[in-house]
This record gives sequence, C-alpha cells and structure tokens, in this order.
Amino acid sequence: MTTEDLKAFEDKIYAFVGREVCPPTPAKDAVNGAMIRQWAEVIGDTNPAYTDDTWAATSSRGQTIAPPAMMYVWGQEGFAVTTGRAPDAQSELVNLFNEHGYSGVLGTNVKQEYFKETSPGDTVVMAMTIDNISERKTTGRGPGYFFETLATFTNQHGEKIGTQRFKVLKFIPQEQPAAAASEETLQVPTRIASPRGHDNKWWWEACDAGKVLIQRCKNCQTLRHPPRPMCGECQSMEWDSIESTLEGEILSHTQIHHPKIPGYQYPLICAVIKLAEGTNFMANVVGCEPSDVHIGMKVKGVVEQVDEKTMLPQFYPA
Amino acid sequence: MSDYKTLTCADVSIGDKLPPLDIDITTGLVVCGALATRDFEPVHHNKAAAVATGLPDVFMNILTSQGLMTRFATDWSGPEAVVKSLDLRLGAPNVPGMVMTMTGEVTAIDSDNSTVDIAVVGENNIWGMHMQGSVQLALPQEA
Repeated sequence: MTTEDLKAFEDKIYAFVGREVCPPTPAKDAVNGAMIRQWAEVIGDTNPAYTDDTWAATSSRGQTIAPPAMMYVWGQEGFAVTTGRAPDAQSELVNLFNEHGYSGVLGTNVKQEYFKETSPGDTVVMAMTIDNISERKTTGRGPGYFFETLATFTNQHGEKIGTQRFKVLKFIPQEQPAAAASEETLQVPTRIASPRGHDNKWWWEACDAGKVLIQRCKNCQTLRHPPRPMCGECQSMEWDSIESTLEGEILSHTQIHHPKIPGYQYPLICAVIKLAEGTNFMANVVGCEPSDVHIGMKVKGVVEQVDEKTMLPQFYPA
Repeated sequence: MSDYKTLTCADVSIGDKLPPLDIDITTGLVVCGALATRDFEPVHHNKAAAVATGLPDVFMNILTSQGLMTRFATDWSGPEAVVKSLDLRLGAPNVPGMVMTMTGEVTAIDSDNSTVDIAVVGENNIWGMHMQGSVQLALPQEA
C-alpha cells in the first residue's frame, strides 16, 4: 500500500469516529428476577442482594438489584445473532478493515463503570457510538488499529446508570514463526504419552485396543505386571499374556493436588489396585468423590479414551 | 440485620489478599454462561463454529468472565458493597477442561469515599492469563 493509499484508507476509517452504532434503545425485557436468578446460578454468585427478596427488604437498598455485570445483558439482541447481525456502523467499519487486509480481530479490553444500580422493573436503555480509533500500531499480532466503542446506559427515568468501553484490535494477521505462535495454534494438551519401549510396547498397544493384559510366564505360569522381560520366579524369558477382567480392590490411594499437570482432570485420584487375577495395578479412580475412596473398596475398570490421543483403564466404584 | 457481613474500609488494608477461587471451566459453564448473558454467538455454544476460528472447543464469553470477576469481589466484601467499576484486559480463552484460578489483592483504599480498588487476575492452568484487571467497590460507611 502506498502512502497515498494508506492516507485514503485512514481518512475512511477515521470518518467513523463519533458515528452511532445504535441509538438509545430500551431492552426488550425489563430487569427481572428470572434472568437474574439464571445468571446467579450459572455464575455461582450467591450474593443475596441479587436473589433473596427477604434479605434484600431488610438491606440498605430495600430491594434486590441486578448484578452490575448484567448491565450489557439486558440489551442483547438474542437468538437472531446465530444467523448474523443487522448491519450497523460497527459492522461497516469492520468490513472496511477486512477489505483492506485487517481481517484479524481481538477484543482486548472492556471497562464498565456503574453509576446507579437497577432493580426488577427497571428498563435499561443502551446507546452506542464508535468513540475513537488509534493511529496505526505495530502489535505482536501484526500491524493494526484499535477501535473503541462507547455504550451508555440509562434507566426509564433517563438517569445515567453506567458506561462500557470496549476496545478491539483489527490487524493484518502475520505468518507466525513457531516460537511466536499465537493461542490460535495451541491445542488443549493431552496426557503425558506412555513411554513405549521394546519390553512394554505390546502392553500399550493392547490398551489402545481396549484391553488390559497381564504378562504370564510360559514356564511357571506366574503372572507379572508391569511388563518386563524375565520371570522373577523362574528366570524364564518365555511369556504370553491373559486379559484382565479389571475387577479389583483398592490397596492404597492418594489424591494429587499440586502441581496441576496440563491435560489431567482434577481431583486426580491415583490408586494401587489388586486385580482379581492377583497382580497389582496403578490407575486413576473416577466416578466418585475423593472422600469416598477407601482401602478395600471394590472397583471395576474400563478402558476409556481420556483425551484425543490416550486410551487408559479408569476404575469406577464396583 | 442478617448473617451476611459486609466489610467496611476500616476492616481492609492495602495488600490484603482475597481468598483464591478455582473455577472449573466446563462445557456447561461456557454454554450456560453464554445463554444466561443472552450471548448467542455460535462460538460460545457450537463447537464446530469455535473450531473454525482455530480454537479446540467452545470458549467462555466476556460477559461470563465479567460476572465471575464481580462475584469474586463481592464474595469477599459481602452483599452491601456496591460495584462501581470493572476494568478487564482479556487474555487467553477459557476452554472446557481448564481450571481458572482467581486471585486478588487490595491495591487502594479511599476512606473519604469509602471505596476500595482490588486487582484481580484469572489465570487458567493451560494457557495462563485469561483476564486481568480491577474492580472498584464502595463499602458501607461505618455505623
């Protein structure tokens, strides 16, 4: 892009500063207890100021309030956005950026200020403008511009209840060198891969196929686990295997708290389990509260896919 | 008045730590959080839409993060506190399977206006900082 082209582009985008994204628009529903309760349940917020009418009546407010972080929720458009949004000044600006190669988008900051609380029955009225657009910046994501929308919230009496500033980076996505790869290229980690060597690869491959095998000495029939080349009883190196029924009993257990290793679900319970066949086996116990796990507990194993790459026997209460 | 206690400025000192809070990021929390905030953007409830943007699964919407941040602050302060502002910088997405640990610390106290500023960080165990910012609360004047 030449200097003149850049100037022409910037003239176009800066013309959006001050433009209205939406005029003052009352929310479709008044602030109400049902939506507040649903929000409080999901967020896990037990604040009685939101959901306990009896407490709220005796509080300094005299009534319940909406959680302040719901201020923007009341004016949301709803399910229609699953099939796209109606064009407005913001989408026009975004399209203009996209057409000029600034197709990357990243919400970077959101700041809300609250001037007055709302209670059931109040109507939240929201208006939004494009407040400012930065000069061209070089960012870790690529060259781009920050634009900020300003939403202003009032109630049905015209009293100002709050503002929201939302800053978005529109940038030209860069080919990222491996070391600087962005989050987008990261994957949720899988569990630590099983080390597969000459003496135990067969065992893990059976596990991949959904079976837990126990090695058996061909000479004296003694079972052994984990896999190893020689029988500890008769020193024979001839062996075959049997399939475990995965019925067992907990001999010992512990709960791993720290460090939390990426790819594992916590609470993470590790147990030594005596299998019905007689050998001991170390595995995770799942499907119950950590406090329910005890020595002598009967468990039953199932070989399950625990992440994208890993099959592992998991033991449940029998 | 009730069993609920609310802190006043006299109860608080700069450097006070808030009790840490672990949030399990589940598909339920991501999807239901999006719906409870009327955010029907497909990337928050439809895995295929999220995968198309380069992420492994649906991810938490901003309004849920904002809710968790105010909850974290008022869990500590008590219910008579009034949230005055919430300022957050967005970092790595919260995706099901992660655990986000929230920590916070009192950074400023204005006794004349009875407000406290709390710096809050929400960090997930896989990608690190999910959100970082501050909450300002107005605490009740002492009786």
